[in-house]
Parts: sequence; C-alpha cells; structure tokens
Amino acid sequence: MGHLTYEESKSKALRIIIILGVITIVEVLFALLGKGYLISGVEFPISIMAIAMIVMSLVKAYFIVYEFMHMKYEVPGLVKSVLLPTLLLVWAIIAFFYEGNGWNKSRANLIKKYKGIEDTQVEKSIGYIDAETYKLD
Amino acid sequence: MAETAVHTAEHDHHHDMDAHWDGGSRPFKASYGKLMMWYFLLSDAFTFAGFLIAYGTLRVSMQTWPVPDFVFSTIPETVGNLLPGGAHHKPLYFVTFMTFVLLFSSYTMVRAVQEGQQENKKGVVFWMVLTILGGMGFLGCQAWEWNTLIAKEHMTITKNPFSAHTEAGKYLEGDGHDIKAGDTFEPGESYLIHKHGGEWHNLKYEVTEGPNTGQVKQQAFGPKAFGALFFFITGFHGFHVLSGVIFLIIICVNAASGLYVKRKNGYEMVEKIGLYWHFVDLVWVFVFLVFYLL
Repeated sequence: MGHLTYEESKSKALRIIIILGVITIVEVLFALLGKGYLISGVEFPISIMAIAMIVMSLVKAYFIVYEFMHMKYEVPGLVKSVLLPTLLLVWAIIAFFYEGNGWNKSRANLIKKYKGIEDTQVEKSIGYIDAETYKLD
Repeated sequence: MAETAVHTAEHDHHHDMDAHWDGGSRPFKASYGKLMMWYFLLSDAFTFAGFLIAYGTLRVSMQTWPVPDFVFSTIPETVGNLLPGGAHHKPLYFVTFMTFVLLFSSYTMVRAVQEGQQENKKGVVFWMVLTILGGMGFLGCQAWEWNTLIAKEHMTITKNPFSAHTEAGKYLEGDGHDIKAGDTFEPGESYLIHKHGGEWHNLKYEVTEGPNTGQVKQQAFGPKAFGALFFFITGFHGFHVLSGVIFLIIICVNAASGLYVKRKNGYEMVEKIGLYWHFVDLVWVFVFLVFYLL
C-alpha cells in the first residue's frame, strides 16, 4: 500500500467495502423506487434513473480500481497506459447507441409498412406497436 | 495466465523481475507479472465492454424489452417461505445478495494481499480461503439463477418467454398463476409465458385502447436476443469467476506450502491474483448495472 501503515490500510479497506455496500443498496432502492415498486405512483423518468445509476456505478468502479487494485499507488505512466485506452469506449457507446436508435426507427417504419397504418397514427401510437411483429424474422 | 506456470517453475530465487526485464530499470516501477496482468485486464475489459454495449444497442433498437425487476424477481423457496409473500415478486433481492457475496470476497482478497505484504503466511491462507468460499458462493447463486430461468421459466438462447405489453388490454383467459381471465393491463406491463407439458400457453387478450381496439391477440414472445445475451454475458462473467476460484485455490495451496516465503517479495503472486479477482468484481458492477438496474 505504499504510504499507509498496515493498521491504516486495514481500516481503509474496511471503510471502502462499507462504502461499496452502501452504494449498492442505494442503487437497488433507487432502481426499485424509480420504477414504482416501493411507493405506488412515484416514478422517475428513465434518463434521470440511468444517469444516477451510471454515476453510482462509476464511483464504485473508482473505489475498486484505485483502492482495491492499488491504482492510486502506481506511477502515473502505468495509470495512464491502463486507463486512457478505456476512453475509446466513450466513443463506442455513443456510436452504438446512435446506431441502435436508428435500427429502432427503421423497425418502426417496417412495422408501419407491414401493417399499412397511416403515418400520423404510428407517430402517435409508437408505444402501441404490436409485439407480434417480432415474428417477422 | 500462462505466466503463472513460468513463475512457479523459475521462482526459487527471488530475482524474477531481473529475469524478465533485461533492460536494466523496470518500466513503471512494476514487476513484469503485475504489469502484464494489468494489460490482460485492460484487454478483458474491452471484451466485456463489447458484450455490454451490444446488449445496450439491441435493447434500444427494440420496441419492447423484458423488464429486469420482473424477470429477476424469484428467490429460493426456503428463504421465500420466511418472508411475507413467498418466493415470488421479490425484485432484485437475489441478485443483490449475489452482489454482496462478491463484494465480501473482494474485501477478503484485499486482506489477503495486506497480510502478504506483512509476510504473514497464516493470514494470507486464512483470508484466501474466505475469498475462495465467497467465489464459490457466488457461483452457486448463479447456478441457482440459471436453473430457475432454464428449468422453471424455460428461457433458452433462442426463446424468450419474458416480454412487456405494448398496448392496454384485457385478458380473455388465465394462466393458473398470477393472471385471471378479465384482468386488465397497461402498456409496459410485464408478462411471462408459461409452458405446461411441453406446450407454450400464450394467453389471449382483447386490446382496449389505441388503433387496434377490439382486436383479439395472443401474448407474443419477447425479443429473442435477450436470452442469448443474458446467458452469454453472465456466463462469460461466471467463467471468469470459476477460473478465478481455480487460480485462487492453486495460489492458496502454494502459499500454504511456504513457496512464497522463499521468494521474499511480499507474496506478489497473491497480489496478482488479487488484481484479477477485483477485476471480476469490477465487471460485475457493470453487468449488475446493465442487466439488473437499468
């Protein structure tokens, strides 16, 4: 652990595992609360839920990598050579989700053609598209 | 992990770093094994990221997707009988328990590494044994979860009986479980299609809202990619846990035999398997996020 004494690092490990456990419980409660399982009628928009949960997971990841895996105590070159490449994933996530949304739209168009529903109706009733259409494949 | 074998063979003297690094000074002040473990974990992180991004892409490309709080809402009967409401409708209870088992084993791993740095053989073995038990506990939980999905709920890699309604309606028949004839539902409400005697029972319902009002339809199967993604991604993670447990056992036996005492390098082997084990926990943080929380 480098700078810490044995006793210090022992109590630090205990503190961090408790933080990780608490964040996990908060995540689960938040997921259930946001989807209306805990208090009926109370629901959060999916975007708020997603951002909150991704942030909490990244905090957990920080503690695991920096403290448990001792990344905090490695030299800067090692830290950069391992962590910087993961930034490529930011692009991958944006690109693939953009593409996924595109598929979603073309699927909706396909369903529209297949069903012969008027444009306006489909725009309004995007949530009502027949699940049967998955049998198209 | 081939390097493990190389190490074990060569390692009676404790100058392993010099044996691998010929150029004089060690890059990044890290030993060869530790550095290579980091780069292996980096490449593994990309593999998992690829899987999870594929899951997200397919999910947003579909009009409907199984709701995790509904799919993963069963707990073992023996525990369920102690709680109000039985073993069903317990969203995320079981998988949260699994997460805590893995977190616990991550903590015991940290302790094993710390004892190693103190050159305390007994401490290393004690905490490693706890870590191994934690890993096995997690695998046991996963086996139970898979068994429930495969044997009781009949999900396969090509058939997904879980889905959610895309329109409001009224059931015309019951399934003998939760749904009775005459029950109504809203868009977004989840369902599980049951299989009895080898036959699927897709319930009939009447649409009560939207452009198709009055039509009689049957419950459709969910997006088939769900089953394949679930089994392959959690399976790939479970396989990492399994390999981790095997390596932990090997290194624990080596530590107990006194092999690492001779090396006088602060039980570096324990530190390296520790890196791997924390990585498995790290991946689970994101599998948990993507499959269960969102």
